[in-house]
Amino acid sequence: MLTVTIDNHTIEVEEGTTILQAARLIGGDIVPPAMCYHSKLKDSGGKCRTCMVKVVQGSTKDPRPMPKLVPSCRTAVMDGMVVQNITSPEVLEARRAVVEFLLINHPLDCPVCDQAGECDLQNLSYEHGSNTSRFEEEKRTYDPITIGDLIQFHPNRCILCYRCVYAAEQFTNKRMHGVLYRGDKAEISTFIQQAIDNDFSGNMIDVCPVGALTDKPFRFKNRVWFLKPMDAHRSCTKCSGKATLWMRGNEVYRVTGRRNKYGEVEDFICNECRYEKKDATAWEIEGPRAIEPTSVISQNHYRNMVKPSVINPLKEKME
Amino acid sequence: MERKIILENIEVEGIRFLNVYRKHGGYSSVEKALKTMTPDEVVNEVKLAGLRGRGGAGFPAGMKWSFIDKKSNKPHYLVCNADESEPGTFKDRYLMEHIPHRLIEGMICASYALEAHTAYIYVRGEYKYIVGILNEAIKECYQQGLLGENILGSHYDLDIYVHCGAGAYICGEETALLESLEGKRGNPRLKPPFPAVKGLYQSPTVVNNVETLSNIGWIVNNGGETFAKIGIGKSTGTKLISACGHINRPGVYEIELGLPVEEFLYSEQYCGGIKDGKELKAVIPGGSSVPILPKNLILNTLQGEKRLLSYESLAEGGFVSGSMLGSGGFIVYDEDDCIVRNTYNFSRFYHHESCGQCSPCREGTGWMDSVLYRLENGEGKMKDIDLLVNISSHIEGNTICPLGDAAAWPVAAAIRHFREEFEFHVTHPEIVRNIKHGSLAKYINN
Amino acid sequence: MSDKHFHHKLYVKKNIDVAFSPDTLRKVESILSHYPEDQKKSALIPVLQIAQEEFGGSLNVDIMDYVASLLNITPIEVYEVATFYSQFYLDPVGKYVIEVCQTGPCAICGGEDVLHYLEQKLKIKVGETTEDKLFTLKAVECLGACGSAPVMQVNTEFYEYLNLDKIDDILETLRKESALPKPEKQTWKERLS
Repeated sequence: MLTVTIDNHTIEVEEGTTILQAARLIGGDIVPPAMCYHSKLKDSGGKCRTCMVKVVQGSTKDPRPMPKLVPSCRTAVMDGMVVQNITSPEVLEARRAVVEFLLINHPLDCPVCDQAGECDLQNLSYEHGSNTSRFEEEKRTYDPITIGDLIQFHPNRCILCYRCVYAAEQFTNKRMHGVLYRGDKAEISTFIQQAIDNDFSGNMIDVCPVGALTDKPFRFKNRVWFLKPMDAHRSCTKCSGKATLWMRGNEVYRVTGRRNKYGEVEDFICNECRYEKKDATAWEIEGPRAIEPTSVISQNHYRNMVKPSVINPLKEKME
Repeated sequence: MERKIILENIEVEGIRFLNVYRKHGGYSSVEKALKTMTPDEVVNEVKLAGLRGRGGAGFPAGMKWSFIDKKSNKPHYLVCNADESEPGTFKDRYLMEHIPHRLIEGMICASYALEAHTAYIYVRGEYKYIVGILNEAIKECYQQGLLGENILGSHYDLDIYVHCGAGAYICGEETALLESLEGKRGNPRLKPPFPAVKGLYQSPTVVNNVETLSNIGWIVNNGGETFAKIGIGKSTGTKLISACGHINRPGVYEIELGLPVEEFLYSEQYCGGIKDGKELKAVIPGGSSVPILPKNLILNTLQGEKRLLSYESLAEGGFVSGSMLGSGGFIVYDEDDCIVRNTYNFSRFYHHESCGQCSPCREGTGWMDSVLYRLENGEGKMKDIDLLVNISSHIEGNTICPLGDAAAWPVAAAIRHFREEFEFHVTHPEIVRNIKHGSLAKYINN
Repeated sequence: MSDKHFHHKLYVKKNIDVAFSPDTLRKVESILSHYPEDQKKSALIPVLQIAQEEFGGSLNVDIMDYVASLLNITPIEVYEVATFYSQFYLDPVGKYVIEVCQTGPCAICGGEDVLHYLEQKLKIKVGETTEDKLFTLKAVECLGACGSAPVMQVNTEFYEYLNLDKIDDILETLRKESALPKPEKQTWKERLS
């Protein structure tokens, strides 16, 4: 077992645990936010730079600090490591910067976005973002493309986390989409005109942290905060059959995988469960799903939220 | 004193052919290493030599070699980074074109030291004609038993293959290069693990620059200690400097590390002074990624000491008043060059070359490009200047690979040393809009 | 600074039969032998380069799908790579692709003038191809020949220390060359001598 201290909380973890996983074991405010990392997707993480933390002591054996901030999702814990997350002004400043970078070209079309209310970027910008924008340039936009009747794709909202690419790679038999072009012209695309059609393609929606990939049949049907998420299961030959039904009264509006408190899907479900079982009687309903107090779904507003004080050295300098 | 290691015999007619190269002592190091030395002894000599990576980062080559994971049961690889793409840098092209055997000789010794039996040379796509030259040289080596099985009867086998890229600056970053060599997009990998543990095909791999490897033959022949006596302090040996911009004699020069910048700039042997009798304004001494320095700081340090062409001297003063030796791409600006325009130009370059994988680089390079475009075209505001400094500080150190730093440093340095030019662009939009590149100086100075 | 709206069009597979000649297939085999048995994908960039050269200077979906089948990888893996590298052309190009360096050292030594002059001479804008399908003009980033700025590359050939007179000569030579039946391929030795 290895000992690691994160924001003054010390915990013992198994070898191979990352800083992010260790922080999640501790829980609470010290857990770094993550946009591209997804615990169920191999090789994910390291790209968005949201979960960066400061390692002030590398290990007991080699106590030197790490020269740069490191992505907590992909950095393994060493014995005796000391990490700062919200106790480091440098980390909060870098995170504020990442939020700004992710938002400058984002359309900010939350009022018409189906992901609103369950969007990681929305939450991230609420917690770490700034009230004003310094970006005065024209935003980047893409021609919309169609990827079939099941998944609605909005390239303008994409933050290039690669999660949907890993999901397709790891859960379908043939990946049909990928990241094309490069730099800020990079986009998720199929390159040729084709519908993404596969028994497990719907999971791309569940792993998307933003509103780039949403459930097409559910599109504009309802807002998630008007719906009651219910845990339910059915016997399915293709998948675990464990899902969340998004209901209003007795009507099932949407079926998704069950997500944990970090928005990660616990069990991936097949398209039959997701799209073809919209009748409550097709399911064994277990009961209402526990919702985080921070979610608008249960409260219609944020509660018990501590907004970390974001430090702005530029502001300080100017004052 | 002129000291030649890499470019020794470069003037000899036909030196790019094996028989001529061998007549002038070529491949004697291979004979020596394979027949009289153990791989560890070769590594040790390179360590003693203090040879630092010539691709830009300056990391000690011997140390890099010693990190190779010997416990791994996978094959070891040597990969030569010939993806020279840093603006201002064209030394490797010169070297490979004129004396390709220098590189191959070094690669055989290096592969032997690393116990690698396959080595690749990754050449940037724009240098496609070099591929033909290298392949021809490699073919000659196979014919004379210098490559293939049982090299010179030593029971050591080695194959070298040339692999050509297809246009991406980012592939000069060693892990992006490995991804590209594996037939993927040039997205840099997260480190650790470093290539020495998991590199090409997840196997232990060393990636070295062309010039670095071209030193190995000499080191094996003459010993690491002899090499370490050349140069100055921890900057041992010689360095190829590719000089360009507004000078009389642009080109590739081999200098002994420690040569004063002033001598390099003004001596007839090297740059031959500023073109058209103009005044020196600034120099980027190590390729477009490193900070630009104005005349006073490139010739002398803040302490008034002569600035030397060495890793330490160019870095003297940190980024406040210093720069870096980098890849040795020496770009010279004269009194008429516009720093804002030049900064915009490089910013556009990094924007174009960002792989787009991590958010600070993907979004930040494009943002800086846009703001600089406005400034350059007389549409900038005073607050844009601080905004640029701030964006660059948010990219620096927060990206997966050094391209983020490379994009951030030039902008920060240009504003640090030439803020008045940026302000002039804001206060005199009509002049900026109407005047073509190159003639703003007289307005600013008046 | 380019347009902020990206028209990344969706390409269409036309299902036209593409196949390498036996000679080219042998070349591909030899390239494959450079890499371990289970790492065929390593040959992707070199094989795409051969394909581009062989099939008229640019790539299309059918060509890329063919390359995917040769290397036993999925088509999207090929599209991902082909769109990443600047030397793969996804739309038809002229016989000669003129790439004019616009970066730093070339820019201060007249790279922009070269580009503008070519635009006038060829009566096309950057990115376009002449009506006779002879020339495509591109503005590119650093070509690694900064000491001989300004420079441009035509297909794989470098043209250095450019000035406007030289450009006239180069265009003239290329026009003449293109009229010849099939130009003898110069070896690198001839080119360097």
